[in-house]
Amino acid sequence: MSKITLSVYRGDANGGEMKTYTVDTFPGMVVLDAIHQIQAEQDGTLACRWNCKAAKCGSCSAEVNGMPKLMCKTRVDDYPADQPIVVHPLRTFPIVKDLVADVSWNFEVSKSIPILKLADDGSAEPLRMQQVDVDRIQEFRKCIECFLCQTVCHVLRDGDRKDIFFGPRQMVRLASLEMHPLDVLDRRPMLRETAGVGICNITKCCTEVCPEHIHITDNAIIPLKERVADTYFDPVQKVLRWVGGRK
Amino acid sequence: MPQYDTFEHDVLIVGAGGAGLRAAIGAVEKGCSVCVVTKSLLGKAHTVMAEGGAAAALGNFDNQDGWKVHFRDTMRGGKFLNNWRTVQIFAMEAPERILELERYGAVFDRTPEGLISQRAFGGHRYRRLAHVGDRTGLELIRTLQDKAVSVGIDVQMEVTLTRLLTDGGRVTGAVGYRREDGSIVVFRAKAVVLCSGGWGRMFRFTSNSWESTGDGAVMAYEAGAELQDMEMVQFHPTGMIWPPGVRGVLVTEGVRGDGGVLKNGAGERFMFNHVPEFYRAETAETPEEALRWVNDKVNNRRPPELLPRDVVARAIYKEVEAGRGSEHGGAYLDVSHMGAEYIKRKLPSMYDQFLHLGDVDITKQPMEVYPTVHYTMGGVPAEPESCATSLPGLYAAGECACGLHGANRLGGNSLTDLLVFGKRAGEAAGDFAIAEGPGSISEAEIQEEVETLMKPLGGSGGENPYQIHAELQEQMQSGAMIARTEEGLRQTLDKIHELQRRAEDIRVPGDTKFNPGWHAARDVKNMLVSSEIIVLSALERKESRGAQWRLDYPNEDAYWARNNVIAKKIDGKVSISHREVPEPPSELKELLQD
Ligand SMILES: Cc1cc2nc3c(=O)[nH]c(=O)nc-3n(C[C@H](O)[C@H](O)[C@H](O)COP(=O)(O)OP(=O)(O)OC[C@H]3O[C@@H](n4cnc5c(N)ncnc54)[C@H](O)[C@@H]3O)c2cc1C
Ligand code: SF4
Ligand code: SF4
Ligand code: FES
Repeated sequence: MSKITLSVYRGDANGGEMKTYTVDTFPGMVVLDAIHQIQAEQDGTLACRWNCKAAKCGSCSAEVNGMPKLMCKTRVDDYPADQPIVVHPLRTFPIVKDLVADVSWNFEVSKSIPILKLADDGSAEPLRMQQVDVDRIQEFRKCIECFLCQTVCHVLRDGDRKDIFFGPRQMVRLASLEMHPLDVLDRRPMLRETAGVGICNITKCCTEVCPEHIHITDNAIIPLKERVADTYFDPVQKVLRWVGGRK
Repeated sequence: MPQYDTFEHDVLIVGAGGAGLRAAIGAVEKGCSVCVVTKSLLGKAHTVMAEGGAAAALGNFDNQDGWKVHFRDTMRGGKFLNNWRTVQIFAMEAPERILELERYGAVFDRTPEGLISQRAFGGHRYRRLAHVGDRTGLELIRTLQDKAVSVGIDVQMEVTLTRLLTDGGRVTGAVGYRREDGSIVVFRAKAVVLCSGGWGRMFRFTSNSWESTGDGAVMAYEAGAELQDMEMVQFHPTGMIWPPGVRGVLVTEGVRGDGGVLKNGAGERFMFNHVPEFYRAETAETPEEALRWVNDKVNNRRPPELLPRDVVARAIYKEVEAGRGSEHGGAYLDVSHMGAEYIKRKLPSMYDQFLHLGDVDITKQPMEVYPTVHYTMGGVPAEPESCATSLPGLYAAGECACGLHGANRLGGNSLTDLLVFGKRAGEAAGDFAIAEGPGSISEAEIQEEVETLMKPLGGSGGENPYQIHAELQEQMQSGAMIARTEEGLRQTLDKIHELQRRAEDIRVPGDTKFNPGWHAARDVKNMLVSSEIIVLSALERKESRGAQWRLDYPNEDAYWARNNVIAKKIDGKVSISHREVPEPPSELKELLQD
């Protein structure tokens, strides 16, 4: 049986250090398997989050060799066997302990986004929507809230400007609501002001790390930017759209 | 005695899966203050993993469908151990709940007419599962999460509750710890709704996450509630088997619903040889008919691959035992004949899962599968109308509750269960809270639980919780899995007793700060209790029915056709008894005939 080494962050908000562990490998092993092996056989105090182990829940986010990844989807044989695999918690958020980051800010922001609002609220009639009209929001609704995009976005990461920008995850959420064919709320003022869609400068780093392959920048953020720009700078278009009944 | 925070609410909800979140909305709509407690972050509960869909007789494709057919299918699938009234309410209310979810914001796949598309699934006579590709659970949980947050609930994330608090038999709250720092938290509530999900983690190969340790059922049992049908553990026929790291991970039934076929090591489509008499009339006779069914479901009968899960799981087991297994000891599941584009559109996350984790391109190669522990039909029996349990103030909904699925759950019935009975449980708990007012909580119970929790951090014991868990999984896998015998179950029981003794000597390093070893020490105790009850119930039911397959009692038995197995704690021990299955009224009985 061959072995690999991992260098794993151990510590909390007050600081910590990288510790090295050696584990046995098996075919198809992912980084999360290695972490579990350390917990079971070497150190039960090593903290991490996980749930599905199938890239469906977005719990096991960490930075593997510097790249934000889902540990359950990251194969150890993708990395050179002769160097340690470096596993670090998400850097954009405070560390709770070891690989567990405090991502609560994302849930706080989420609370402020109003959900779907229908014109005939209160009715129980089935909705009618064509598949072609929901294709694009279904892309956004694939989001598993892993927050990898949030951790990589330089506005949040380097600038720590959580006060002016909701981050790519919430842009995806806002897009899924704004582009819902039957939604009647207007979230453009929010997008422009508190959500800060204008802050994004389209570096596309978020799109690159999204495990759900959501085209965050091209399909969500840029169209949202356009909507906001249209509304605030192009009253004619706004009226036309309003008359046409489409958002 | 450590300090602890106490929170007070009208309704406490244990669990933030689909059931818990829907219950929360129901209780808020009654005007109650609600707190939802979850072991994970919000949106990560097991529900997120559900793939195939949510069953409701909307009849968007097949207008012959209706609640009566859904009722019939669910009762037949459950081998008539279900509570008929629970099933009736379920089948009747399912369409409303799905349409309501859509109005909350869920975006299901559409029919050409712009309605909710419905997928065929095992045991369902017509196309019935509302779905979103193969990520229906994500759609459901995210929609409910956003809705529940928007109506104003309190959420306590990453808190594990470990004991229900009682006041003269009435449940009045719960105590547990924050995973982050190990601090003790106490919840006082006028009513408590258990929505804590199932328990698959005591088996080695399971599709379940770490959360599925059966805490809710065990807490209810410890507080004096009855548990029912605990022997009924569903083995999903198609779990991944290779590579080892993903063994047990689910391959959605949608693969078979969308045309996938099962073959044995010899390349033979073996399911045609395993069609029970009971299902013969509704099953395709030839591979040609089965293939035609994929595109024309009205004039052809369904493929044998879509028989109920217990039947398919046993067939795979038998093929492997007969020496006709696949390379790694399972069966081949092949959809490649459906074409790459179709597969990527219909089964995108399966395609991704196999490509990334298994090095298999399912548009070109077959998957390898073997039964995996998936769902627990048993649990806390809940009144059909209100989801009330045998303890006042305690309600149960979702996978931890019992009554809907009988001896075998049909795929897609669980997600809808969460909606129908989550709503009912939340509303009934809300009514109870308003009517009854506050009860008191017991300092002595809190104290006792804190001692249990803290014990593994001190003392001279030498046992490791991971080791005990691994041995339990090994034993349950070999002695209480798909094919059961008196001997295997007895051995398993002995082993569980040994492990229970050893678990008293668990000692974990570190402190209470996000310490998975310490968490595991408490979890494993719950798994030992629920395993013991599973095994005792399986020993009691001396017949084969649904998920319970006894090699030493291979047939159905007339007595057991009419009785559920009940477990209750009496004098500190598991006490097993029987209770007659309620008899459906004659007009419903008629529906079950054909
Ligand atoms: C891979 C997979 C695919 C599936 N596909 C389908 C499908 O297509 N269709 C279908 O109908 N069903 C499907 N199922 C079954 C279905 O997903 C589950 O039965 C259902 O989601 C259970 O929901 P729940 O709300 O009862 O519990 P869960 O979603 O399991 O949630 C349980 C909640 O309780 C909390 N909890 C548990 N213990 C405690 C404690 N001690 N303290 C505090 N909180 C606690 C957990 O943290 C969690 O929030 C699938 C299951 C799996 C595993
Ligand atoms: S594209 Fe915008 S949101 Fe995405 S990483 Fe760059 S700045 Fe952040
Ligand atoms: S958009 Fe993608 S990267 Fe961002 S949270 Fe969602 S799934 Fe993760
Ligand atoms: S454990 Fe769910 S995404 Fe990794």
